[in-house]
Amino acid sequence: MINEIFYMNGYGAYVWSSFIFTLSGFFILYSVIKLQLVKEQKKFDEKFKNLSSEKVELVKKQKTYRELLPNTSISKI
Amino acid sequence: MLKYFNLNKTLLTINRLRKFIFAIFITVLLVGLFEALVLSPEDYKQSDSVRIMYVHVPSAWISLGIFSLISILSFGIFIFKNKNFSLIAKSLAPSGFLFNIIALVTGSIWGRPTWGTWWAWDARITSMLLLAIFYLMYILSWRIFDNNDKAIKVSSIVAIIGLINVPIVKFSVDWWSTLHQPASVNLLKETTIHSSMLVPLFIMTAAFALFSLLIFLMKYNTELIKIKNKGLDRL
Repeated sequence: MINEIFYMNGYGAYVWSSFIFTLSGFFILYSVIKLQLVKEQKKFDEKFKNLSSEKVELVKKQKTYRELLPNTSISKI
Repeated sequence: MLKYFNLNKTLLTINRLRKFIFAIFITVLLVGLFEALVLSPEDYKQSDSVRIMYVHVPSAWISLGIFSLISILSFGIFIFKNKNFSLIAKSLAPSGFLFNIIALVTGSIWGRPTWGTWWAWDARITSMLLLAIFYLMYILSWRIFDNNDKAIKVSSIVAIIGLINVPIVKFSVDWWSTLHQPASVNLLKETTIHSSMLVPLFIMTAAFALFSLLIFLMKYNTELIKIKNKGLDRL
């Protein structure tokens, strides 16, 4: 059974390479996008922490930031 | 109506479901892989090489679908002057491009045992390659131009021109004599694939669509945070 799945009547190399290429593509794209997201979130956290208390209050009042803040680590502080 | 529809809020609400979507994607993918590699039968002519269809066909469908969506959104940018459309289109492009590459590569791998060649300059394959070039130009236009308005304009024009290629990809097998087989799954005509192969094909399509949604949500969120980061600089 296991041999059959790997050999696939002589087409195993073609079938497995197609599936491995697809799944590798998924993994690479997911990792790259995740990395970009984490990098931007860190940048936002860093900038937010360095803001003066007046600016923090100003940011918290703005609607667009109120939507964003729950999604960043700032909300966990 | 568009004015009252808060896209940011809607998408950020969906974004909170990201972990949930990831879990569903993994489950559907595992079921699809088991169906495609173990349960589905071999073809009487192509034998087990037919299993390549389960990654090749959904990739081609989704890459075409995403490019069509990007083109429609690009029309929307010019008509409604809504910058959110450009953010959505930009966030859709990476997964669309990946699926286009997967369709080309797996098609090439499938071509070797069935046609006896890795590549042929036939209408379907060439038009799919052209679609990949349009994807590349679209993604590059966002990277090349520093001016955001110019990047939106150029990328939208690329997407709108590229839309001409979409029906060519779809109907190339009917309009010209090609090595590539005609469509086996039809919405209007009878489907020529047996249900034992159609079920894994649809499960894999669902898994690939969920992956696109996941990548889109992550990319869209990244783009939003980039904008807010610029906003913090201006404070």
